[in-house]
Amino acid sequence: MADTVFEASPDTMIDYDSSQQGDLRTEEMLINMGPQHPSTHGVLRVVLRTDGEMVLEAIPHIGYLHRCAEKIGEAVQPYQYVPYTDRMDYLAGMNNNQAFSLAIERLCGIEVPPRGETIRVAFAELNRIASHLVSLGTYGLDMGAFTPFLYCFREREMILDLFEAACGARLTYSYITPGGVHDDLPASWVERCLEFLDYFETKISDYNNLLSFNHIFVKRTSRVGVISIDDAIGYGLTGPCLRGSGIRWDLRKTAPYDGYENYDFDIPIAKPGGTDEIPEGVIVGDCWSRYWVRVLEMTESVKIIRQALGRLPNGDFIAPKMKNIKLPEDEVYVEVENPRGQLGFLVAGDKSAIPSRVKARGPSFCNLCITEKACKNVMLADVPAIIGSIDVVMGEVDR
Amino acid sequence: MRILLWKLWMGYRIFGPIIELLMAMFRPFAVAMYRMGGPIVAQMAGMILISAVVAVCVGVWAHAMLFGFVDESILATAASAGVELTGAFSYVSPATWGLTPSQIAVQLQQVGGVAANMSGVAQYLLWPVQFGIVRDLVGLGALMGLFNIIPVYTIWWERKVAGRIQSRLGPMRVGGWHGWSQSPADGIKLLLKEDLIPDGADAPLFRLAPYFNIIPSALAFVALPFGATYVFRELDVALIFILGVLGVEVLGVMLAGWASNNKWSVYGAMREACQMVSYEIPLGMALLLPVVTTGTLNLTKIVDAQSGGWFHWLVFSSPFAFIGFIAFFVASLASCKRAPFDLPEAESELVAGFLTEYSGIRWSFFFFAEYAAMFVVCGLAAILFLGGWHSPLPASWGAALGDAWYARGVKGLLFSGPVWFVAKCVFLLYVQIWIRWTLPRIRIDQVLYACVQVLLPLTMLMLLGTTVWVWASTSECETWAMVTAITRYVLGGIGLMFAFAFPAIAAYGFYHRRAMVGNLVQDAMPGS
Repeated sequence: MADTVFEASPDTMIDYDSSQQGDLRTEEMLINMGPQHPSTHGVLRVVLRTDGEMVLEAIPHIGYLHRCAEKIGEAVQPYQYVPYTDRMDYLAGMNNNQAFSLAIERLCGIEVPPRGETIRVAFAELNRIASHLVSLGTYGLDMGAFTPFLYCFREREMILDLFEAACGARLTYSYITPGGVHDDLPASWVERCLEFLDYFETKISDYNNLLSFNHIFVKRTSRVGVISIDDAIGYGLTGPCLRGSGIRWDLRKTAPYDGYENYDFDIPIAKPGGTDEIPEGVIVGDCWSRYWVRVLEMTESVKIIRQALGRLPNGDFIAPKMKNIKLPEDEVYVEVENPRGQLGFLVAGDKSAIPSRVKARGPSFCNLCITEKACKNVMLADVPAIIGSIDVVMGEVDR
Repeated sequence: MRILLWKLWMGYRIFGPIIELLMAMFRPFAVAMYRMGGPIVAQMAGMILISAVVAVCVGVWAHAMLFGFVDESILATAASAGVELTGAFSYVSPATWGLTPSQIAVQLQQVGGVAANMSGVAQYLLWPVQFGIVRDLVGLGALMGLFNIIPVYTIWWERKVAGRIQSRLGPMRVGGWHGWSQSPADGIKLLLKEDLIPDGADAPLFRLAPYFNIIPSALAFVALPFGATYVFRELDVALIFILGVLGVEVLGVMLAGWASNNKWSVYGAMREACQMVSYEIPLGMALLLPVVTTGTLNLTKIVDAQSGGWFHWLVFSSPFAFIGFIAFFVASLASCKRAPFDLPEAESELVAGFLTEYSGIRWSFFFFAEYAAMFVVCGLAAILFLGGWHSPLPASWGAALGDAWYARGVKGLLFSGPVWFVAKCVFLLYVQIWIRWTLPRIRIDQVLYACVQVLLPLTMLMLLGTTVWVWASTSECETWAMVTAITRYVLGGIGLMFAFAFPAIAAYGFYHRRAMVGNLVQDAMPGS
């Protein structure tokens, strides 16, 4: 075959029709990432259309963990539904309880006693730290760094010990209920918590030295999966993903609940590389920015917990007579700032004790939508990096 | 051919169930042995471990002494006395014949002492030792023992070090003392596991692939010297042999990836191929530095050129060798698929890469090969750059000890012996493990960039520099001699600083661990 033409150009690389003999061409491959895959954080299934190491398209498929969580809410009383909210975002049970409890309180016009409110804030922020620790650790794992994962879980374990002391559970707490919290703090809990906060503040710099500012880690995550401000707003991203694109939006500041307006804290947002201690090469909206926002938020949460524990008032921790309350014929929609973004609950009542409609707006579900856009034309190794930086919990995506 | 295959098949049909039955009988036997023997072994764990190490060392030493005795006191004296060799056919040189037992007895009488008194028995015991094939079998046994022991205990050690790095304990239960028999227990488990071959896999290739991995890494030990005389075959091209043999491993990985009929495995294989073409050239370039400096490919001779203590090690001979050593170490990480270059089996991206579909004994073959290859490249680094089996003390200090057998033992421990080679390998292995549990993984394009655009020009430059340096050193110029001496002592001083700083920092960390890690961790973690 003397007249065979050998040529390789970007056009022929992915062109199936140009099957002339001798043409150098590669073929696309469809590959299933998940639902059982080490770095899809649960049962997310992403179908990748790849050309060698390049991922041309990544389409997330969901629904492997659907448990009718919303429908159950229309069959049980609100205080009975609280444990189900734990199982949505199972890494941030406290925050989920808080969101649903706030919705019920606003629907029924219940006043939470000041002690209950303060305890709620402290626990929600502790759980924010615990959730961000898991996010940080598994993100390191996605990048192939095993050790930060165990450090993060070591500290998370201590938070879980604190939770266990207060409510007896380590994962699904059901501690925050409509009207306040269902138990008072045990003796010397505040001192234990303060001891932990002292210890934990020193550990954040450890994570930074080991992972955040690691040259390889920065090279792997900066300029990868960049989400522009328009995309972030257009896709309805919330939480660290939104702030990682440089938008200062946090419900704890913009629409405070549970008395967050009385606390002094900052909303960390992403900044371009070179400012502050952010390494060169980082741009606003990339994976490293989203990761970094979580690290900074942990410091802010520590600040909030200190203030809450410092001003812990005496008195009731739960409003009286919270069982068998009749829900008025009305509907409310309440959003709170979950570790992953805005978790909203729509609750409608019909003068009975059981809600006629419960609907949740999950931050992970909304944040996951950006995957398809962010994973276009990236390397295969970038896909775990992007999905990990969005930090989804499949329990809450599928509900 | 078809008849042969038919016979094989019929043989399998007849003997297959018997083999299966034997296997089935072996399983409860193994479990019962473990249940009964486990507690006893756990009680005596430390003693067993120490006595096993001592027995291995004494065994190797005794064999070396025996071979030396036969060579020097019997064969050489017999040859000089003009004894006709009529005993048997010699393996090493077909033209010669060995001594008969009675001729050996005559020689033993001449040696005198215990040897003469025991010559009645010893003549028959020593008779086989004079033949190369017997010695090779003994050496092969030692080699296979090493090849089994080294990966098993490297894995155990990796798990212990990783545990400590991650504020865990690592294996603590199996065998008693620090889980010392965790890896053998894992090995038995893997042996007894089902050998799965996935549907649609290319079964012959799938079965074949692990051997392409494990045989080359075993072959590398053939030419790897542990000491001046402790080498199975002293090859003049040992360096090229080891490099070439380790290169074959890539074939096994690619076969495994392709034959598995799994897309993730194919990714692993392609990444390995991609990585191989990028690290192999800088690795080869870095290996050329000692060759250029010493002018030989014979590993024993390269080590001989580095005798004379710490400052005479090749890594300190010139700034180019110093940087070349670091480049070699980085490239060797890539060649062993170790983090941060563990892309072919990147578990968070490719599930397990080329290993995804493997299980049981075949999976453990890949692991054995990987850890053995780690030891081999660490051994190469020690031999080529870090003085091989020479200790940091100059051997001339031991001249006063004389040449008695105990003096030779002391010299072996203090100045040059296999123990130093193993110690250096273990330290380099530790560094590899340390790096693995600290750094994230890099991306495939970054591997290519690092190897082709950074390491390759760097090693080429170092090779050029070394060549010029060696060429300049051939001149008789006294100023240049002074320059080389100063370089040697400056670089050696930097090395000494590292050598002292490392244990010092470790000791500081150990004594201040409560302040560094935090009270909460210290109180919560057992044993730390």
